[in-house]
Amino acid sequence: MYLYPKWIRLWHVLNAILFIILIITGLSMQYTGKKDYVLVVGFEESVRWHNISAIILTVNYIFFVAGNIITRNGRYYNIKRDNFFSDLFKQLRFYSWGMFQGENHPFPVTMERKFNPLQKISYVLTMYLALPLVIISGIGLLFPELVVDGFMGISGMLLTDLLHITMGFFLSLFMIIHIYTCTLGKKPGSLFRGMITGYHATEDHYDLEDH
Amino acid sequence: MKLLIFRITFLLILISPVSAKFSGSFVSQSDTVIQDTAAFVSPYEEDNQRCFKCHGQSKYSYTNESLGHEIKALMFYERIVRKEEFYKSNHKSFSCTDCHSTEYATFPHPGELRMEAKLNCIDCHGGDETYHFDAITEEYEQSIHFKLEEDGFSCYGCHDPHTYRISKRTKENIKETIAYDNAICLNCHSDYNHFQLLTDREEINVIRSHEWLPNQSAHWANVRCIECHTQINENIPVAHLIKPKKEAVKRCNECHSQNSMLMASLYKFESKEQRRDGFFNGIILNQSYVIGANRNEYLNILSLLIFGGALLVIGIHIFFRIRKENNKYN
Repeated sequence: MYLYPKWIRLWHVLNAILFIILIITGLSMQYTGKKDYVLVVGFEESVRWHNISAIILTVNYIFFVAGNIITRNGRYYNIKRDNFFSDLFKQLRFYSWGMFQGENHPFPVTMERKFNPLQKISYVLTMYLALPLVIISGIGLLFPELVVDGFMGISGMLLTDLLHITMGFFLSLFMIIHIYTCTLGKKPGSLFRGMITGYHATEDHYDLEDH
Repeated sequence: MKLLIFRITFLLILISPVSAKFSGSFVSQSDTVIQDTAAFVSPYEEDNQRCFKCHGQSKYSYTNESLGHEIKALMFYERIVRKEEFYKSNHKSFSCTDCHSTEYATFPHPGELRMEAKLNCIDCHGGDETYHFDAITEEYEQSIHFKLEEDGFSCYGCHDPHTYRISKRTKENIKETIAYDNAICLNCHSDYNHFQLLTDREEINVIRSHEWLPNQSAHWANVRCIECHTQINENIPVAHLIKPKKEAVKRCNECHSQNSMLMASLYKFESKEQRRDGFFNGIILNQSYVIGANRNEYLNILSLLIFGGALLVIGIHIFFRIRKENNKYN
């Protein structure tokens, strides 16, 4: 089933590369020692690459949001209130128990439902909460004159940076979990292949017997 | 439809701070200047007034008795001492004639007074144990500025004894101190009229020569020039050994690291307050935020725990998947 149009795949691969660069350079800035570089790049190089990647990421993000408004892709992110928690629990139960028992996938992928409830909530939180917050706080750090001097006696830059690194941390965490859950397709590599070719390998049920 | 409206609003919100930057409507930083409101009354006000009458502004007048009429003239700018600035300075309680000859009381001033040896800082401040003027002098004599002595440079080049106010760093006034101290350097280094009095070098442009520095204006508002341009000395409050240009600090992590250099320079006055609420170099947080220097101990631990927990869950999941896989073939 052709599930991932070209624009989504382009946006996704660029987003993935930028995420990796931003995480490595972000950690380098936060944890660089005085004499030795903790990670592969030093502070100065990290600042440069972090800034360049962040600007591209911002443009790429606007492209993503605009794409979701213009095309029908945005509908995949609609969260229905009905059965929200029970659906979430069903999906969690499947990952932690059902899939080992050979149970059918509770929310199989269709053209009308690209994401399972767990994916949906984590993608919405990531794309519509954490990422915008990291971008807005990042703009504040890039242009410190935009940031308020202080809020309730605490330096504005400190609050902005704390927001930035906290969101950055959650996004890093998301990426690790996202990469792992993407091995849970029909075969460990099939979801990755789908994101390159655009075709999702259909699965009637999660079946380890297949490989 | 609701979702569409939400998405469009959201996109606009995202774009707005970027456009605000270019329209300049988002600036909220304010520079506060501490006003000296306490009116100081000098015991020598009357005596000093005789000097300020001519030296207090750029124009002066006197009656030329030979010609029999009043003459108006311009005061040479180096001989001008603004009264209001003098009475705010550290030397405000002095009489002019404490340092200058009493013979200046006569007008026209006797010509030979020009040959009189001037007092140096150390003539009064030698042996001082608060600011360590002797150590400062030693440092100054090794600094790049000392080479300009033969061209007329001295302590007074930076510290005009008529107007200098010591800017003791405290938690509250750090930004004012930074601005005051940087203005001393920029008085020559960004004003070619002053700069060329002491050197034959071409006009320099500090903005251009510091272009490599990210967020230049933020750095200049939050650290002093001397942070990077002097050799740190633990024994005196303010380092005076100005290093040659090529030896200035240029590595970001000298400051942007846990053992930040700023703790031995700008924030030396309270470096004991190394940590506050788990923040390394907590004192910096009073006025500023330095990426890399202000990492938080608790957040470090918490993030490692969360990250470790996630990896552990993934590890357990992989374990069960492998077990299931193996069971299939057994």
